[in-house]
Amino acid sequence: MIEVKGLCKSFENKQILKNISAVFEAGKTNMIIGPSGSGKTVLMKSIIGLHPIDTGRIEYSGRNLPDMNTSRIRRLRREVGMLFQGSALFDSMTVLENVLFPLEMFSRKVQEENIERARFCLHRVNLSEQVYHLYPAEISGGMQKRTAIARAIALQPKYLFCDEPNSGLDPKTALIIDQLIHEITEEFNITTIVNSHDMNSIMEIGDNIIFINHGEKAWQGSKNEIFHSTNKDLNDFVFASNLFKKIKNSKQ
Amino acid sequence: MWLLRDTGKYFLLMRKVFVQPNRWKMFFRQLPLELEKQGLQSLPIVIIISVFIGAIMTIQTKLNTENPMLPVYSTGLVTRDTLLLEFSSTILCLILAGKVGSSIASEIGTMRITEQIDALEIMGINSANYLILPKISAFVAIMPFLVIISMAVGLIGGYLVGVFSDIITTADYLVGIQYAFIPYYVFYSLTKSLVFAFIISSVAAFYGYYAYGGALDVGTASTNAVVNSSVLILFFNLLITQLMLS
Repeated sequence: MIEVKGLCKSFENKQILKNISAVFEAGKTNMIIGPSGSGKTVLMKSIIGLHPIDTGRIEYSGRNLPDMNTSRIRRLRREVGMLFQGSALFDSMTVLENVLFPLEMFSRKVQEENIERARFCLHRVNLSEQVYHLYPAEISGGMQKRTAIARAIALQPKYLFCDEPNSGLDPKTALIIDQLIHEITEEFNITTIVNSHDMNSIMEIGDNIIFINHGEKAWQGSKNEIFHSTNKDLNDFVFASNLFKKIKNSKQ
Repeated sequence: MWLLRDTGKYFLLMRKVFVQPNRWKMFFRQLPLELEKQGLQSLPIVIIISVFIGAIMTIQTKLNTENPMLPVYSTGLVTRDTLLLEFSSTILCLILAGKVGSSIASEIGTMRITEQIDALEIMGINSANYLILPKISAFVAIMPFLVIISMAVGLIGGYLVGVFSDIITTADYLVGIQYAFIPYYVFYSLTKSLVFAFIISSVAAFYGYYAYGGALDVGTASTNAVVNSSVLILFFNLLITQLMLS
């Protein structure tokens, strides 16, 4: 579980995040949603520790991130997996080597066991053996995302962060990636935080949704509660399209 | 102000680079790859430039010192000492600042803008140490060999002038390159090359590591790396020459 309390963050005297408090539960897909420029990426990067915060607490199962020194943060990060918007696979490594990389770096197991674990992760994200020896540039965007997920779960993380996991993917592949993230979260009881503004994703996998608007937490609830929300900003954001407006009306 | 800020950032980065690697196994896996990329792949350009410069220097020295008062060995001597003292260390490093420096800056810069460095950090890896230490170590280790090869090939270039033209006889040239040889010049040249190799690799890594934005910014980082490392090479050339030769 990750608990954020009174988080504030500013860049050059401009306050981006204002007193945000939220609980991200284990085994659930926690989603941070909001319009572009609302501060959701800054919030995610602050929670991971890529941006130092001004005030507040970020507790990873009770361990406060801002209190940690560099070596403790590095140790904590071994419990963290991250899926980047652009996959961030290492260009010079093959698919298998990308997944093997964190294992070789941190696992004390013999190489055969590491390879077995990497193959298991790749198999879990439904990648066939034919692509294991291809480089990231030689595979599709969907396959790159799957490889990135496999790499993120290689060290059996307790926390998984996904930054815009569907960007650049066709709707069908996006759905597969969403379902994969959701399945893995439940299967391995991971605290997953997904940063997204893709409505299909939100409706598909949003167990716990936090709506950020102008740097403030404007709403929190589940994907079912979103239909009954009276928050105007949330409704304007979520039900911007006619299709979703119709779905909301039919639910009410 | 920016100079102070960048200097501070550079030393802070070096502090992150020069620590014990997360895994020595990974460091020693990277090292031969970097030796190959920065050393062996630079060999053709080093050989081509050195042989031509050696030949051109011999021709120009001979043509500009056509004086019966000057001894026959003067052309070989001047060619040798110029190669040993300046060309094979300073000029060669300025050329390699363009080739190796831009390669390091653009490689690390691309990793930065495609979030690969963030991915390393999220894994709990000291990205500066993992990416930069093997590059600096490899380039500093391979540079003396490149310099020695450059010296040898440059002298061969001068010899080829004697073989293929009648500007100078091979006998005069060979006497010249052996005359009044001072081994300390080789030591001086190798010492300089080690410092220059460190400057090229670390400055390029610095600009690549702090690149941000898009492809255009990686290009800018690469250009800045080459320009600034070239200026630093010239400055340290003056400093080391003053310290070691005066």
